[in-house]
Amino acid sequence: MYPDVVVVGAGVIGAACARALTVAGLRVTVLDRGAPASATTASGEGNVLVSDKGPGPELDLAVASRLRWLSLVDELGVDIEWESKGGVVVATTDAAAQPLLDFAAAQRAVGVQADVVDRVHDLEPHLTKSVTAAVHYPQDGQLQPVLAASALLADVRKRGGTVRAGVAVSGVDTANGRIAGVRTDQGVIACGAVVNACGPWSGEFARAAGAPIAILPRRGIVMVTAALPLVVRHKVYDADYVGAVASGDAALQTSSVVESTPAGPVLIGSSRQRMGFAERIDVEVLRELARKAVALFPVLADVPVMRAYGGFRPYAPDHLPVIGPDPRLPGLWHATGHEGAGIGLAPATGDLLTELLTGADPHLDPTPFRVDRPAVMEAL
Amino acid sequence: MKITLDGEPTPVQPGQTVAAALLAAGRVSWRDTRDGGKPRGLFCGIGVCFDCLVVVNGVPDVRACQRVVADGDDVRAQRGAELPEARP
Amino acid sequence: MIVVIGAGPAGINAARAAAAAGAEVTLIDTAPAVGGQYHRQPVGADNAPGAADIAAEPKIHHLSESVVWAIEAVDDGHRIHVRTGQADGPGRQGRTVHADALVLATGAYDRALPFPGWDLPGVVTAGAAQAMAKGQGVAVGERVVVAGTGPFLLPVAQSLVNVGAEVVGVLEANRARGWLSAPKALLAGRGKLGELAGYVKLLARHRIPYRTGRTVVAAHGTDRVTEVTTAVIDGKWKVKPGSERRIPVDAVCVGFGFTPQLELALSARCRLVDGFVEVDAAQATSVPGVFAAGELTGIGGADLAAAEGTVAGTAAAAHAGHESTQRKGVLRAVRRGRVFAQGLDKAYPVRPGWQSWLTDETLVCRCEEVSLGALRTSLDHYQALGVRSLKLTSRVGLGLCQGRVCGRAAAELAAGITGGTYDPAATAKRPLAAPLRLSELAEKEESK
Repeated sequence: MYPDVVVVGAGVIGAACARALTVAGLRVTVLDRGAPASATTASGEGNVLVSDKGPGPELDLAVASRLRWLSLVDELGVDIEWESKGGVVVATTDAAAQPLLDFAAAQRAVGVQADVVDRVHDLEPHLTKSVTAAVHYPQDGQLQPVLAASALLADVRKRGGTVRAGVAVSGVDTANGRIAGVRTDQGVIACGAVVNACGPWSGEFARAAGAPIAILPRRGIVMVTAALPLVVRHKVYDADYVGAVASGDAALQTSSVVESTPAGPVLIGSSRQRMGFAERIDVEVLRELARKAVALFPVLADVPVMRAYGGFRPYAPDHLPVIGPDPRLPGLWHATGHEGAGIGLAPATGDLLTELLTGADPHLDPTPFRVDRPAVMEAL
Repeated sequence: MKITLDGEPTPVQPGQTVAAALLAAGRVSWRDTRDGGKPRGLFCGIGVCFDCLVVVNGVPDVRACQRVVADGDDVRAQRGAELPEARP
Repeated sequence: MIVVIGAGPAGINAARAAAAAGAEVTLIDTAPAVGGQYHRQPVGADNAPGAADIAAEPKIHHLSESVVWAIEAVDDGHRIHVRTGQADGPGRQGRTVHADALVLATGAYDRALPFPGWDLPGVVTAGAAQAMAKGQGVAVGERVVVAGTGPFLLPVAQSLVNVGAEVVGVLEANRARGWLSAPKALLAGRGKLGELAGYVKLLARHRIPYRTGRTVVAAHGTDRVTEVTTAVIDGKWKVKPGSERRIPVDAVCVGFGFTPQLELALSARCRLVDGFVEVDAAQATSVPGVFAAGELTGIGGADLAAAEGTVAGTAAAAHAGHESTQRKGVLRAVRRGRVFAQGLDKAYPVRPGWQSWLTDETLVCRCEEVSLGALRTSLDHYQALGVRSLKLTSRVGLGLCQGRVCGRAAAELAAGITGGTYDPAATAKRPLAAPLRLSELAEKEESK
């Protein structure tokens, strides 16, 4: 039996799309050229954040998506290490204080819980004493992305869908101007629709499908310490993180994000580096991350770092996800461009794509994420 | 030359590793695991396995088989995951 | 500058050969004295073969008690990040050394197989017993059983006897006829027969039973090992029912061959073949300017490592622009050594039946305390395909050792459970080759 939809890419976005499509009653096959949940999804911290987004469509998507994760924790029935731990954003210079407070005020105006805290050390006892402003975001959460994506895919299988690893997709087949199948190194799979969920490699796949979109990779590095007793209680980051996410300018940006994980290690991020698909990890980037983490949490100075890992994150020139049908090729759909926020945005992305694909009413306005917006189409 | 092992003053030879000093003092385990609380000691003996961890002078996660004793070192068993003591 | 990492038989000879060709050499090793695991020196001694040359040669700069934690490719070679000082810091001195050519001679460590009770204190690798006895003059126990496979078990028994331990048995899991399957190798290694005869005499003198086709399949005790179960195993290494025996011991030394220390080779992006670094006749890896010698390229013992080291050092010097030619005798020694190494591999295989020794409670990953049962549950819940998701869904290999001990066993167990493929070499990819403290990482390094 042919699948109705082939999802290309078994990262968290592909997994969430596949799961939503399957729940909607469609027959889905997920393909990945490597192992599922082993590229971008395996290289992040598991952020489910509202705190780092200003008012706008991405924040709307994030708010909706967070609620979906909350219900998925129960629906999936296996542990994905979900923690409603909350975020704490701190400014450590006088100059950074007011912009942070202004940013939080704007978020509050659209319903995000963003509480200015005076006694931040009650929340984070080990935090540096040189804090000039702090905002607590109780809605921020964290999960373990590989567990989450694997659980979504396992659920797809349980509901009759198919997940195939080690199948490389080389292009699509068309008939009468629309998608008729997916070409792979193991033959053609006939289908009615294809979802491009190739993350940083979505630009490549879109080109191969004859409908190019402007998705580029940014390199991100995360460091992992030895297991520690609970030392960082929230997701704690320096206010300059907010600027770094939105900026496409500098070749390298680092800003401090520090958090404990349920298993014990502390994760230290984050860097954003434009270096194509080069896989190296620069010591200078690690040094910068280490310096900033120790500045934020001096107690970590003598803690061993046991590993660092790097990944590629997909971004569109306007830093908004791309979700929806490709107007140039009926049957081709894109779900990509989530940059470092893909874990958090995955469930709502899957829902939105499914609603658009099945003709149901979308639960939020899809227009800002449409494929044929100037930034995505014009930048070619 | 002397170090303290869990508070006990213990004579050691220069060049001895902490693991050798512990074994010579009749100890077979000097760490317990963070989940199961199970005792651990020497395993690979050449710095690969990270099972023989001790706290030396307030700093945890030191491999006993690799660390050479220094006069006056304060060595103690590591209990699960520990934070380094605050620096003076 | 030629940088040689590892000062065992391969590294020592690489440094000597490169210096003889006129190159400046930095020789880096974690130990206080040169010698490596094979020629491990007692405290205060510095008498490994070649040590005197290293000390006397002004062109060789020996960085002892130094760990290489990262290698970065730069335009004209590699930047080697080193920390020198007390193991595991903090407060070690950081520096970088520029390598026009790099020789990796990082050696190997014992391959351990999981079995019930292998996490009890008193159960150690054969290499640990050897290091403690030879390097520190300490016995890991008073009543010791040595088990596993390969000729290395014999010198371990000898070292234990030398420091006063009673060795209650040496158990070779394979059967002696293994060597008959590789007569060419036996011939190539005939120089080792004298050494072998020495061990046989030692066993006889101390009335140490040497058994083949038998091994330790479980260790027992509460806070430490007090007893082991040994059993006869068949050709596939499954336990022969009814052959189990319990023996009281206070230490167990196990070694099932060796695993190459691959992380630096992988961070230099060297290509692997069958789990070892691929090299050509000049010990050149797939990365220009990076050479590898010794156990990294295949398990073959000290003589082969030493010969490969000479070849690698000579080739590295040539790469860095020094005039140097390979000596035919050394190249011949390498070829002969490789034949012997292949025979070794054939005569002392590890058979998959070891997987049947485990129970669901047996730990697979010692660091993260992941049992076989937990691994099974995780594979059932998350259906991890591939090593990376296997690690991140089960936590196998995520602890401080980063899968050095359990990576291969976990990959094989997962393949046995799911029928999928899990590349054991993928567990060896570690961008940080050694842990270091955040404060050390944050510091500026001195460059040289």
